[in-house]
Amino acid sequence: MSRTGTKLDAKKVNSELFTLTYGSIVAQLLQDYENVEDVNKQLERMGYNIGIRLIEDFLARTGSGRCYDFKDTAEKIQSGFKIFLGITPSITNWSPAGDEFSLCFETNPLTEFVELPDNYSNLKYCNMLPGVLRGACEMVQMEIACWFVQDQLKNDNLTELRVKFVKRLEDAIPAGED
Amino acid sequence: MKQQIIDSKANPSSTGEADDCLFEYLHAELVNYVLSRSSNTAEGEEELSRLEYMGFSVGYRIIERLTREWSRFKDELDMIKFICTDFWSSLYHKQIDNLRTNHHGVYVLQDNAFRLLDKVGTSNSKQYLKESPRLLAFTCGLLRGSLANLGIISTVTAETTTLPSCKFHVQVQKI
Repeated sequence: MSRTGTKLDAKKVNSELFTLTYGSIVAQLLQDYENVEDVNKQLERMGYNIGIRLIEDFLARTGSGRCYDFKDTAEKIQSGFKIFLGITPSITNWSPAGDEFSLCFETNPLTEFVELPDNYSNLKYCNMLPGVLRGACEMVQMEIACWFVQDQLKNDNLTELRVKFVKRLEDAIPAGED
Repeated sequence: MKQQIIDSKANPSSTGEADDCLFEYLHAELVNYVLSRSSNTAEGEEELSRLEYMGFSVGYRIIERLTREWSRFKDELDMIKFICTDFWSSLYHKQIDNLRTNHHGVYVLQDNAFRLLDKVGTSNSKQYLKESPRLLAFTCGLLRGSLANLGIISTVTAETTTLPSCKFHVQVQKI
């Protein structure tokens, strides 16, 4: 009963499902909030929620231990992108103090099939990614700040995500102390 | 009266492209978000139509890309079969376990271990049964949207009696 023709590639379909679902979330948020800043914030928050769970997947799969320094962290984040999104961003632009670096993406699965209309120039379409990184790092006792400095959707050559180490979180924070 | 689907495919290894678990996390956030924005209806039922609509828009787009290189479908049943086999296994890693139809526009698609419910309840667990419609609304929309772009206008509802199995009822509207 199977049809003749090209078989669907499960990985590709899954990736497209992910991309399109992400797009429908952004579209829904834009409908729900009048202010684009609120959309950015909400995307970041959703990313954070994903990040605090995704880190478990990451640790379970890679079996990696604690980071020796921030360079080590950068490489682990890079490998996380490889595992989960199938892309390898390059690590560049280290700050002299070694507490800040950039992840540069030449391609970004989230923005496949996407064009930003002119009136949404303030929208950070991929703002879920910084949230994911922040959430994931927080679960391993590290506070980071993360933001976009370049975006291909805004006609930059590549997408650049800046990551800054803020501080180490102390171990053993009692539950519910937030 | 009854179609059994036996053929099952091997799981492709997980390298490259977006990882599967991302969709699951994203879907969970989507459900959370929609629930946090919507109020319950008078009967105390949750407002899930927006989830369904988002599924619809995704389904409508994805099917267009997937069927680009396929030959034309013979008839309605042929399309439904495509949904049950290739479409479903690409999205959810397994085919629909059972397809029934009365040949008058009603199809029942049964999945005995639906991926989005799979980690919620093991067999015969009733604990999260009440919440399960939340996890199905998006997929109902996905089905409806995919069929809509294939030219079948339908309503799709889902039903669970024991986790993690569920049934999707597709009712085709005759014009």
